[in-house]
Amino acid sequence: MHSFGYRANALLTFSVTALAFICAIASFSDKFSNQNPSAEIQILNINRLKKQSYGNDEVSLTLDISADLQSLFTWNTKQVFAFVAAEYETSKNSLNQVSLWDVIIPDKEHAKFRIQTSNKYRFIDQGHNLRGREFNLTLHWHVMPKTGKMLADKIVMPGYSLPDAYK
Amino acid sequence: MGWIGETIDSIKSIQIRQLLTQAISLGMIVTSALIIWKTLMCVTGSESPVVVVLSGSMEPGFKRGDILFLHMSKDPIRAGEIVVFNVDGRDIPIVHRVIKVHERENTGDVDVLTKGDNNYGDDRLLYAEGQQWLHRHHIMGRAVGFLPYVGWVTIIMTEKPIIKYILIGALGLLVITSKD
Repeated sequence: MHSFGYRANALLTFSVTALAFICAIASFSDKFSNQNPSAEIQILNINRLKKQSYGNDEVSLTLDISADLQSLFTWNTKQVFAFVAAEYETSKNSLNQVSLWDVIIPDKEHAKFRIQTSNKYRFIDQGHNLRGREFNLTLHWHVMPKTGKMLADKIVMPGYSLPDAYK
Repeated sequence: MGWIGETIDSIKSIQIRQLLTQAISLGMIVTSALIIWKTLMCVTGSESPVVVVLSGSMEPGFKRGDILFLHMSKDPIRAGEIVVFNVDGRDIPIVHRVIKVHERENTGDVDVLTKGDNNYGDDRLLYAEGQQWLHRHHIMGRAVGFLPYVGWVTIIMTEKPIIKYILIGALGLLVITSKD
């Protein structure tokens, strides 16, 4: 009952249980944080709206993105992954979501930012439905914790539209 | 040296009944572990409810050796979700983020494109020959929670199988020589 093996086993079991409990509590504490992020996106310019050689429409645009995601950070946050997606509907597809730009925010200081950028990922439709198309720009964020449950949410900004003709 | 002598003595003094009892207790432990695993599979709706991150393509969020808890539901797949998928012809599942979704109206069929956060380009290079999109049946689950570092045990046991054998051998020896 007092051999080294028994003591080591008891110690190991207890420490694993305690560690699991602490991780669960850390994750649970995230529920009590008060979160009110804000964001604003402007389209500075639609650079190109063209039809690719094999038929799909493609848009290139420049965005002005400003956001304040500082309230999402808790002591249990490892990073926040934020991305801007264009969401629209066509006759062929009931929902299209195309990610245009993303960023990894490692800490609270970097969470309030303003950036002007052209789209990081190509905005390509399945088909040629983009002329005159209205779309929402949505800022999504994904809070990745140091341990535990991940949290994701978004702000939808409707009312953007593409030109009626190729340019 | 005295310890080895004691071990040999205790192996010699084993009675059949005691041995059988210990074998059954061991069987019970293994079976209950299996029950827990299968229950997890049912509850999360995914074939592998827990996966170990093997590559650095999702850093700094997920590092090699972290474990992810997965959950699969009938909810539609949306951009930003971290999904685990299998590519035809590869047996190791990949954990990346969805960056493009095109969903058809009536059938609910969906075309999905994924990308690792730390990769420069999207995953089309990883998909099968000629495949441009992932479909629902490729996706095994969404990552909903995570624990750091715990997966290193699995990685070490997979990459250096000798450690697995040593561990099982030591466990077997412990079972045989324990007096209760």
